[in-house]
Amino acid sequence: MARYLIRRLGQTLLVVAGVVVLTFVIMRLVPGDPAVAYAGPKATPEQLAEARERFGLDDPLWAQLGAYVRDLVTGDWGTSLRTRQPVLDDLSLAFPASLELVGAALVLAVAVGVPVGVLAARYKAKFPDFGVRVTSMLAVSVPVFWLALALQTVFASNLGWFPIAGEYDDTLNTTSPLTLWTNITIVDALITGNWPIFTSTLRHLVLPALVVAAYPTGVIAQMVRATLIEEASQDHARLERALGFRETSILTRFALRPALNPVLSLIALVFAYAIVNGFLVEAVFNWPGLGRYAVNAIFSSDTPAIAGVTLLVALVYVLANLVVDLLQGVVDPRARVR
Amino acid sequence: MTAPVLRRPLPGFGDRFAVAGALLIALVVLAALLAPWLAPYPADEVDPVNALLPPSGAHWFGTDQVGRDVFTRVLYGGRTSLSIAVAVLAVSAAAGVTLGVVAGYAGGWVRDVIMRVTDVFLAFPALLLSLTLAVVLQPSVTTVVLAIAVTWWPWYARLSASAAASIAGRPYVDAARCLGVPAPLIIVRHVLPNSVTPVLVQLSLDAGGVILTAAALSYLGLGAQEPAAEWGLMVQQGQTLFTTNWWVVTFPGLAILVTAFAFNVLGEGLRNALDPRRIVK
Repeated sequence: MARYLIRRLGQTLLVVAGVVVLTFVIMRLVPGDPAVAYAGPKATPEQLAEARERFGLDDPLWAQLGAYVRDLVTGDWGTSLRTRQPVLDDLSLAFPASLELVGAALVLAVAVGVPVGVLAARYKAKFPDFGVRVTSMLAVSVPVFWLALALQTVFASNLGWFPIAGEYDDTLNTTSPLTLWTNITIVDALITGNWPIFTSTLRHLVLPALVVAAYPTGVIAQMVRATLIEEASQDHARLERALGFRETSILTRFALRPALNPVLSLIALVFAYAIVNGFLVEAVFNWPGLGRYAVNAIFSSDTPAIAGVTLLVALVYVLANLVVDLLQGVVDPRARVR
Repeated sequence: MTAPVLRRPLPGFGDRFAVAGALLIALVVLAALLAPWLAPYPADEVDPVNALLPPSGAHWFGTDQVGRDVFTRVLYGGRTSLSIAVAVLAVSAAAGVTLGVVAGYAGGWVRDVIMRVTDVFLAFPALLLSLTLAVVLQPSVTTVVLAIAVTWWPWYARLSASAAASIAGRPYVDAARCLGVPAPLIIVRHVLPNSVTPVLVQLSLDAGGVILTAAALSYLGLGAQEPAAEWGLMVQQGQTLFTTNWWVVTFPGLAILVTAFAFNVLGEGLRNALDPRRIVK
């Protein structure tokens, strides 16, 4: 296990180094001179020269890369051109909001996807199975931005059942201000007993979380169904059938446990996908997360902010993969030799 | 997904899902190909007098904010989406398979280097890296193709590398090497044809994802530009009208959904048909 751990950590470090280099290279591809962007179009040659000096643009590329890595490690992720704040500060506010949204969506996805997958496997090749397969396929094929717009129009604008946009009712900030602990609004509201903001956040979460949950729910349902069907054809299932267990209890009591292992790793993989998919949903519902931040950065050509988001999400993705592999290594010894 | 795929022919399309998906795709492709003949109006004909008409006999899907026929533009949008998908898959498969086959055949440090680079690209969620690249480059359809292809090739590299590695160990490859056949020739004549099948299956599975990603980039304004007929762009331009003029947004969105659904259903059906473990009896 120790050797597996060291090898896996080494691989991860290599990938992280590669991710940093790739982000650096992409940001160098930006058309236009960063010195001009900083100093403004009316800058004198002296001011331009000063800006070039300041950003080290005259240094060789490897020296610039070195400076970039040094800044990243010391917590200087640059300053956003749009908000004029350090990018890392912006991210530390936006990331928790995204976590809140994606977390709610994944809870929903597991709560719906697993039982639905069991249902499909229990009645395989019958009508419920057909229904689940078609619905889950639709859920993974729907363009999220369109689903977000549709739900927003129908359930918020027309029916008025849910708020149209935002994370919670802003007027609550004056009547019952929120004390920040984790920056995750719903968690902070819960631990400080701030019920007005808690319930308001829940109501605001419903529609965007439903949209973000669509893809993971479909994937989890398909995965549970496929694994259960395979599990139910194994020798142990034959024995259980001979002992008189009913099909439903064979699936839920014996087959479901081994089937949840792949689901666990699937969740971690879907997690990063859901964060990025959530970008478009956040833009539609004006959710104050990474996505809205990234989309605003795109429209204002805010390169440092875009680089920050890219790097952060890639790091989260790498970390999620590492955690899954290590967990699998603990649960399933065969995974260590792969 | 390596060896069984090579030996197992399509078992008579056992899964009706694959057939349904194939039929739907045929329909979408035909509609896109025949758009100039099927479309009742020219794609870019602006007609402000008839702006924002609801669906009717004259305009099946209604008209948009400048009076263009939405049905016509949905048909033409299919041409854009399908060409993007084909271009992305062709570019990324060509790059991925080339690198993968070389890595798998050569082994050793060549394989290590190529696979580590692959890992780095796989560390970015596809939409994120395409988004970043699309921002950095100028918005256009070409940008979308490049941006998505950059995130897609590593999957094909990985797939074909493992297939090529298993082929490279076969006796007939050894025999060719002993006869002094140069490595490039062995790769092209023996390794490549035998390791390309899993990639072909994967391509049909991926088309839906590519179409969704391309639509998302266009929706953000990073892809096709006005006045092009593109589904994602049409949704973006109509989104403020959703409450009052639902048809402007609904039909292009449905077009994306149906196309992605068709490819996903076909891909799923193919995977069931080709992977014996997953066949439902």
